Amino acid sequence: MTEIAVVGFAHSVEPKTSGATNGVELLVPLFQRLYADLGITKGDIGFWCSGSSDYLAGRAFSFISAIDAIGACPPIMESHVEADAAWALYEAWVKLRMGEVDTALVYGFGKSTAGELRRVLAMQLDPYTTAPLWPDATALAALQARLGIEAGLWTEKEMAEVAARSTRAEAAALLEASYVADPLREHDCAPYADGATAVVLAAGDRARELCDRPAWITGIAHRIDSPSLGARDLTRAPSARTAAEAAGTDSVEVAELHTPYTHQELVLRRELDLADGVRVNPAGGVLGGHAMFAAGLARIGEAARHIMSGAADRVLAHATNGPLLQQNLVCAMSASPSRSGPAR
Amino acid sequence: MTTPLEAPLELSFDYTRSLGPVLGRFMAGLAERRITGVRGSDGRVHVPPIEYDPVTYAPLSELAPVADEGAVVSWTWQATPLEGQPLDRPFAWALIRLDGADTPMLHAVDCGAPEAIGAGTRVRVRWAQQPVGHIKDIACFEPTSAPASPTPPASAATPSPTAASPAEPVEIMTTPIRLRYTHSASPEESRYLRGLAEGRLLGQRCPECDQVYIPPRGACPVDGLPTTDEVDLPDRGILTTFCVVNVPFPGQRIKPPYVTGYILLDGADIGFLHQVLECAPEEVRMGMWVEAVWKPREEWGHTLRNIDHFRPTGEPDAPYETYQRHL
Repeated sequence: MTEIAVVGFAHSVEPKTSGATNGVELLVPLFQRLYADLGITKGDIGFWCSGSSDYLAGRAFSFISAIDAIGACPPIMESHVEADAAWALYEAWVKLRMGEVDTALVYGFGKSTAGELRRVLAMQLDPYTTAPLWPDATALAALQARLGIEAGLWTEKEMAEVAARSTRAEAAALLEASYVADPLREHDCAPYADGATAVVLAAGDRARELCDRPAWITGIAHRIDSPSLGARDLTRAPSARTAAEAAGTDSVEVAELHTPYTHQELVLRRELDLADGVRVNPAGGVLGGHAMFAAGLARIGEAARHIMSGAADRVLAHATNGPLLQQNLVCAMSASPSRSGPAR
Repeated sequence: MTTPLEAPLELSFDYTRSLGPVLGRFMAGLAERRITGVRGSDGRVHVPPIEYDPVTYAPLSELAPVADEGAVVSWTWQATPLEGQPLDRPFAWALIRLDGADTPMLHAVDCGAPEAIGAGTRVRVRWAQQPVGHIKDIACFEPTSAPASPTPPASAATPSPTAASPAEPVEIMTTPIRLRYTHSASPEESRYLRGLAEGRLLGQRCPECDQVYIPPRGACPVDGLPTTDEVDLPDRGILTTFCVVNVPFPGQRIKPPYVTGYILLDGADIGFLHQVLECAPEEVRMGMWVEAVWKPREEWGHTLRNIDHFRPTGEPDAPYETYQRHL
């Protein structure tokens, strides 16, 4: 079976960028950095795949203009998903597994601050019974957080401790703030940010040529729960659990989780059966800034970086899409390609 | 570097959706001030109804009437309502399990203050004055402890002309969408647009392949490299290809027939669309030299519309080989 690894990663996230909404400004510097890091040119990339949403820029086919950043002449093999770019990485992984190419560059980008994201995200809800009410994304997360509090699964203090670990603040001090959407406080909600992520995948010996310590993908899977908010137990994320089981996440040392709200980390710790010793989001995850459609892929890149730098031998990355952890992707990586997850 | 140009951008459209038999009957019920759920494979009653079971994926069809009151399961407070939401004063969002239902539905509760709501609070529907067969026929919920809002009886409600007969499933529902953005031009586009406001046509050259792009794009689409060298282009060039517009359409600025074509400015490597006037459509040719006719200076803005149109210069046509690769 083809062995596939993450061999390169570049990421930018900032509260608000100046400049275009088309992604070119965000992506060109990342691509140039990756080419330089890996000693390659665009001609070395066999397949390109991106994740973004036109609703961020408010312009149809905005991802097409971002292709200028690639340099698509002579014609390239390219694809796009209207989802977090972690799902684009999944598509690229499939392409590599099929043996059609031996390298792929995956990227995600978005200028979340161009519009009113809390309203824009209503567009991903059920269009008949839910989206017409324009529920605010933060309010929905608050409903989920309260369900867990009422059920005794977590507390506001535990939520504050998640934020405190990410921001190096005092949990007790955080709890003195007023609510932004009861029971959520500002520290519970990742601020939307502008950003982009790029990851290079390579297969087999090509990966070994490009990187001293490739982060070998030993398992990757994504699953989805019902789009009907009422039909789900919102304190759970069964699709995260089944994705992790399919990917195989035993004995990981580090977990990079895509959790835009503090309580969602608590949901995932349970669903992914993370042991106490596992380091979760050591650099703070997305709570410092949530670059929509790039953040999930960045979790994969950050997790891979722990292996590439030699800091860890076994990691997992998680990405989410849709409202309230509805869709979940889990990617397990190891310093050795032979380490594989359980059979499907 | 100067600040990039920004402008408000509003995206709005009517989302017009067809409904299947399940949601169609649910919406028809709302028009009669009745709420119906659907029974799932495991016997649970889902409200609002869903078309496929979330566990078995079986198509669902057995509708089950539920009450128009129930209990709050979870809630939060919307201190500052956003555009389009059910209420324009502070309100609670809640997941509400209606009596007879097994799953909660999302809606707004008009309860005045966050102290007036909690898990278990009993709430009832406040119906819209004129139900039409849309989810917004449920105006919001209100605590049952509050005096009931006066609601005309359902039979007295006047269906809108577009509403289906109450006995028939609603077939189409329309939801207006309006989103507001601040669109910012890239630094390169901003220089180009500021140039236009001064009557200049600014392109940029790729450092790798020497191609000149107008408008400048931030990256060469061939090489993926940032384009940095600025090039002042003349306001004359070649018409590479064109079409004669004979069909009227909404928003048309010129009475047909007229000519729209790709103008390749002298020194540029990419054409852009503009109009060619001051000659009969049948006289327009590929390779024809054209020049810009600018609007009066006082009408200029940050737009290519500062050029009203292009017109033939009368020079001999450019040979086909000189513009072939731009077609």
